[in-house]
Amino acid sequence: MTAERAIAQDLEAEVRQEQEHDEAGNSKFGLIAFLLSESVIFISFFVGYVVYKTTITDWYPSGVTGLETREPAINTVILVSSSFVIYVAERYLHDKKLWGFRLFLLTTIAMGAYFLYGQAVEWSGLPFGFTDGVFGGTFYLLTGFHGLHVLTGLILQGIMLSRSFVPGNYDNGYFGVEATSLFWHFVDVIWIVLYVLIYVWQ
Amino acid sequence: MTNAPVEAIEVARAQPYPGAPDNWKRFFTFSTDHKVIGIQYIVTSFFFFLVGGLFSMVMRGELITPEADLIDRTVYNALFTMHGSVMLFLWTFPVLVGIGNYLVPLMIGARDMAFPRLNAVSFWLIPVVGVLMIGSFLAPGGPSQSGWWAYPPVSLQNPSGSLINGQVLWLLAVAISGVSSIMGGVNFVTTIFRMRAPGMGWFRMPAFVWSVLAAQLIQLYGLPSLTAGAVMLLLDITAGTSFFAPERGGNPVLYQHFFWFYSHPAVYVMVLPVFGIFSEVIPVHARKPLFGYRVIAVSSILITFISATVWVHHMFASATPSWMRILFMVTSMLVGVPTGIKIFGWVATLWGGKIRLTTPMLFAIAGFVNFVFAGITGIMLASVPIDIHVNNTYFVVGHFHYVIYGTIVYGIYAGLYHWFPKMTGRMYYEGLGKVHFALTLLGTNLTFWPMHPLGLMGMPRRVASYDPEFAFWNVIASLGGFLLGISVLPFILNMVSSWVQGEKAGDNPWRAIGLEWLTSSPPPVENFEEIPTVISGPYGYGKDEPLVATKGSVALGEA
Repeated sequence: MTAERAIAQDLEAEVRQEQEHDEAGNSKFGLIAFLLSESVIFISFFVGYVVYKTTITDWYPSGVTGLETREPAINTVILVSSSFVIYVAERYLHDKKLWGFRLFLLTTIAMGAYFLYGQAVEWSGLPFGFTDGVFGGTFYLLTGFHGLHVLTGLILQGIMLSRSFVPGNYDNGYFGVEATSLFWHFVDVIWIVLYVLIYVWQ
Repeated sequence: MTNAPVEAIEVARAQPYPGAPDNWKRFFTFSTDHKVIGIQYIVTSFFFFLVGGLFSMVMRGELITPEADLIDRTVYNALFTMHGSVMLFLWTFPVLVGIGNYLVPLMIGARDMAFPRLNAVSFWLIPVVGVLMIGSFLAPGGPSQSGWWAYPPVSLQNPSGSLINGQVLWLLAVAISGVSSIMGGVNFVTTIFRMRAPGMGWFRMPAFVWSVLAAQLIQLYGLPSLTAGAVMLLLDITAGTSFFAPERGGNPVLYQHFFWFYSHPAVYVMVLPVFGIFSEVIPVHARKPLFGYRVIAVSSILITFISATVWVHHMFASATPSWMRILFMVTSMLVGVPTGIKIFGWVATLWGGKIRLTTPMLFAIAGFVNFVFAGITGIMLASVPIDIHVNNTYFVVGHFHYVIYGTIVYGIYAGLYHWFPKMTGRMYYEGLGKVHFALTLLGTNLTFWPMHPLGLMGMPRRVASYDPEFAFWNVIASLGGFLLGISVLPFILNMVSSWVQGEKAGDNPWRAIGLEWLTSSPPPVENFEEIPTVISGPYGYGKDEPLVATKGSVALGEA
């Protein structure tokens, strides 16, 4: 190989690396723009909830006096702590410690799955349905739409976990994991607002 | 390590872009080239422009006599609903996204959009929206009849009793169009923020790019609100919830808030890129720098913010408390300030310029003159007492058609003529372009001006029959409408025949400044042989400063 050719290849590799760096940066920027945009859907639902709650006189369907808060509170604690767990997983990946990453990501998945399980148990025990007035509608709409996001997050985490078993996947950057983690934090923040609105403010 | 990627890029660059006869098939493929996607958007949306126009021809045909004698009233309801929906969701939005798609990467010196595959997906959702919307004529009970705003409780009625009805298909179409637009918004904003060529600072960015950025920011903050309303409405119709159903405790006015929080700013999503086109076309054809460029650029962003605070002016006659009316009257009038700034900027650019009255220039000037008129009636409508008086009359129809047709469609024409040589490498026929312009100008004013006296006299909108005292102005408007229909023909003829056999235009027939004119016409795959380094602003007409550093002085990838 001639010296010029070696230099040309070096340059090319450098340009490519810069482009890859750029692409990851673009993706992160794009994801944040998307999440900000999506939060407006939740904000719209929340605004609707507040308007309904403050203007409708017989808010709860007949026979319902309010919502049980104990189980959802435990659920909340689990979901919010899972945000810290996935952060630790990301740190392990950053330090190239794959087993730590897998362990903590698996823990996140377990916590998220428990949250969904808890919600399913709660839903099955509730004395009102989706079509029972505006309260029933908004309750299931908000918790269901959020639950859909939790499920999406779990699927993303599953993909990231399985990808960690393919050697070399996370050697040069791990935008997918960062994106998954960012999405998970977003889902958590939305839940905190949702919990306060629906369960605390009764 | 091999040189394969570099060689592949070189092979791709050596290929001619669209004009070549063996190359037209790429416009029918899932291409990720922003230029192909741009033209796909433009051509597809133009088809829907013709469809939507056809609907309005039938409506104007019905309105030429006071009686409802041409078509059934329910057909009339379906037609005005589909006319509005098709024109907004399938013509104006996509065609402007197409023009933006084509131009933004070229103007900022990028090789493509930030997410090329996402870009292609955004485009290919548009035909799906089209099939759902137009296909709803075949649905049980026909297409939606509740108008393009789909207010409940009208939109909650389901006389056909079928789960798949026109209203449900309409809502699905709007939701898919929203998904496409949000993906587009993410793509544009990321591209403009992160992929500008070295040296292109914020205030070296063309006014068109500023306006696209402003418009796409509105998509990101506004569209989700419409989506939320649409989801709730869909659940009300299909799942039996009661969010907006008043007889079951719901609140139909809340839907209006969700709807207008997006759908008023939506007009700026459409008109801002058009303002950007005016700001590009006028300096080139007047041979002068854009007057007050920085202020014009910032005014686009100001419109983005103010437009989030005006939506209740659509609801002055709904159950809106007085304090809210006054608040939103003030903010609505405030939008006149940044738009006025732009108009003064264009007038000052024209002042003392060497004006070339080419077709794009004619459309640009007439477009902003029409907009001045639309702006004046807009201020009138923003004032509560006048709005209450002319609410739901033809005055409103006249006002927004001066915005949508008189301004936005003119801007689209101006842009398509102006960049036609860049997109195709060929020149359009100037004479035919001027015929198109004359017919359009005459048709626009004959059709939409009479709607103002009609509205002041009290003719309600969305009716198939009317009192005979309104006949005179309706006949004029209908004849104007047919003229507008005819005016499209010379345009299609011009575009098709010029693309096939027009004179070769060269890379920069207007002797314009701007990165898009530095590359060949049509531009090669990946736009530039070398990413240029920008060293001055985009409007240096009459100044002696180069736009970019000399070719070859800066290597690829260096900042």
